[in-house]
Amino acid sequence: MPQTLFDKIWQSHVVVDRGDGYNLLYVDRHLMHDGSAAGFERLRARGLSLRRPERALATPDHYTSTAGRSLEDIEDPQHRRNVEAIRNNANATGVRVFYIDDERQGIAHVVSPEQGLTLPGLTLVCGDSHTATHGAVGALAFGIGSSEVTHVMATQCLWQRKPKAMRVSVDGVLPRGVSAKDVILAIIARIGAAGGVGQVIEYAGSAIRSLSIEGRLTVCNMSIEAGARAGMVAPDDTTYAYLQGRPMASAGAEWDQALAQWRRLPSDEGSRFDREVTLDASLIQPMVTWGTSPEDAVAIADRVPDPSTAADSAKRQAMVSSLEYMGLEPGTPMESIAVDRVFIGSCTNSRIEDLRAAAAIVKGRQARIQAWVVPGSGLVKRQAEAEGLHTIFLEAGFAWREPGCSMCVGMNGDTGLPGQRIASTSNRNFVGRQGRGVRTHLVSPTMAAAAAVTGRFTDVRRLLP
Amino acid sequence: MEPFTTLTAVAVPLDQPNVDTDQIIPARFLGIPREQQVSALFHDLRTDSTGQPHERFVLNQPAYADARILVADRNFGCGSSRENAVSVLVDNGFRAFIAPSFGDIFFNNCFQNAVLPIRLPAARTDALRALLSASPGARISIDLSAQTVTGPDGQVDVFEIDSFRKDCLLKGVDEISLTLGYEQDIAAFEARRAGGQSWI
Repeated sequence: MPQTLFDKIWQSHVVVDRGDGYNLLYVDRHLMHDGSAAGFERLRARGLSLRRPERALATPDHYTSTAGRSLEDIEDPQHRRNVEAIRNNANATGVRVFYIDDERQGIAHVVSPEQGLTLPGLTLVCGDSHTATHGAVGALAFGIGSSEVTHVMATQCLWQRKPKAMRVSVDGVLPRGVSAKDVILAIIARIGAAGGVGQVIEYAGSAIRSLSIEGRLTVCNMSIEAGARAGMVAPDDTTYAYLQGRPMASAGAEWDQALAQWRRLPSDEGSRFDREVTLDASLIQPMVTWGTSPEDAVAIADRVPDPSTAADSAKRQAMVSSLEYMGLEPGTPMESIAVDRVFIGSCTNSRIEDLRAAAAIVKGRQARIQAWVVPGSGLVKRQAEAEGLHTIFLEAGFAWREPGCSMCVGMNGDTGLPGQRIASTSNRNFVGRQGRGVRTHLVSPTMAAAAAVTGRFTDVRRLLP
Repeated sequence: MEPFTTLTAVAVPLDQPNVDTDQIIPARFLGIPREQQVSALFHDLRTDSTGQPHERFVLNQPAYADARILVADRNFGCGSSRENAVSVLVDNGFRAFIAPSFGDIFFNNCFQNAVLPIRLPAARTDALRALLSASPGARISIDLSAQTVTGPDGQVDVFEIDSFRKDCLLKGVDEISLTLGYEQDIAAFEARRAGGQSWI
């Protein structure tokens, strides 16, 4: 029977099939960060050891300072303890760690693909919901809670019920100025924030194929915002070219052997999906969210929607409270909304390609509002500096920061002020996500750059070089 | 783990779709010890910016003070993987959630904390929330073995649950201990893989 990419990876990782729908699934890679302390504590409390330390990689990201790379740069003593804890826990259990003094440190979901640790056909987990990111190279990757983190530490396995399979096909050519971020925001606007619950999404179609790995990482990253367990893209020559030569990817004869297996991974002709959704790439425009759920996304040319047009009273009430929080009136053109602050960063959009795209818009212009760029890893930062991107940002008045999750979640103290309106390349516009009372609008890196240099939401296509 | 068998308790209605885990416990409370997180439950919904409680927020109403069941709208617990979202609810007395759908990771995290997440059709969860709002302090009964929810109106609804999850909850099974019992299978899997897939 023809199998999907997801079927193939799932099947090859079943250790035990209970026959009741539950499988014990083997975990090939486990990423750890500075929120993993609870998992280690439970492991220790039970007197258990870490079964496969060589299958894990640790890097602090949530609590690190983006002002500097030393421990003293972290002001809050509790945050400092959390960052130190991941180093201490990793060292005590034999796990490789990229600590803050290591240039390779960064956001776990940026670091692992960058190192070639994330590979096609693997299962990968992390105590972080944006683990779906890694599906971009054809891996099955998903986020877990801290109890399951301990379970993986102790057993290298997880009990899982196989999710359903959805395929989202984006066919055609994306218009100039439309990026991977706009694609995933358009997908979520279509299927809803709960549209993928209980499902794994395979992104397919010519527009997805034409995306770089960076773009695919952006798309898969926000699978969780569509409610999906995981997102994935079948590996192809773009994938292999990206991975070959990376420090933790295999080499030589081992690479050839792996490549032969990876080429058999893509979904077979005629394989069945539980649900199919298709989008026309040529109709996707630069997107911006207006509300407090990632599904509240519209094209930049659109207006703030009117709750009176909502399908039912529950939806209407949700829209009314979203608009109240966001301080927006129905019918307002998105392009007329003034922005207070810009954040370019996060595991969604902090890779080199994102920074290049943003810099191309910023070049020769000045930021009219406070604007931050937070590279996803020390290596992204180095690459950007080698290309002179930091000079473009700095000359335009942007802040050029050290890597970490930063303002995406604000756990390190990088937050906005109550009432501030932020154009953000991150993944969640939830109430209070970037600080209490802060109004977050999700956009692509180029749309964020356009907002920074104009002081309001602006269709970036008018600023393209 | 504490077994879950039956529960009859005050239920609180939460009339809001897509309640994310940042609402349940804001990120700024995550890095502190669990005992200190208890008062962070729905912190920014419960209090205003000066720390005064919002009287209209349902969990601030005295009639729901003893609630152990929460009836929510669709996609409850969406967003981040933070297990604190479940543990802070547990530490505030909750043992069961009823909603049309849940965030997947939150749903899984419930079972790791001896908590029962129940999916019922949206029409019924809407009706339950309306009943609970009309009679604050009304009770709901849950029988896991029979897979039933009995509303304040006496209506009995049957819910679906995976037999694996049901057994683990009923017996209070610890998943790690269960899995360690499969050590031979895990070792055999690893040995098999070591052959042709050294690159992994």
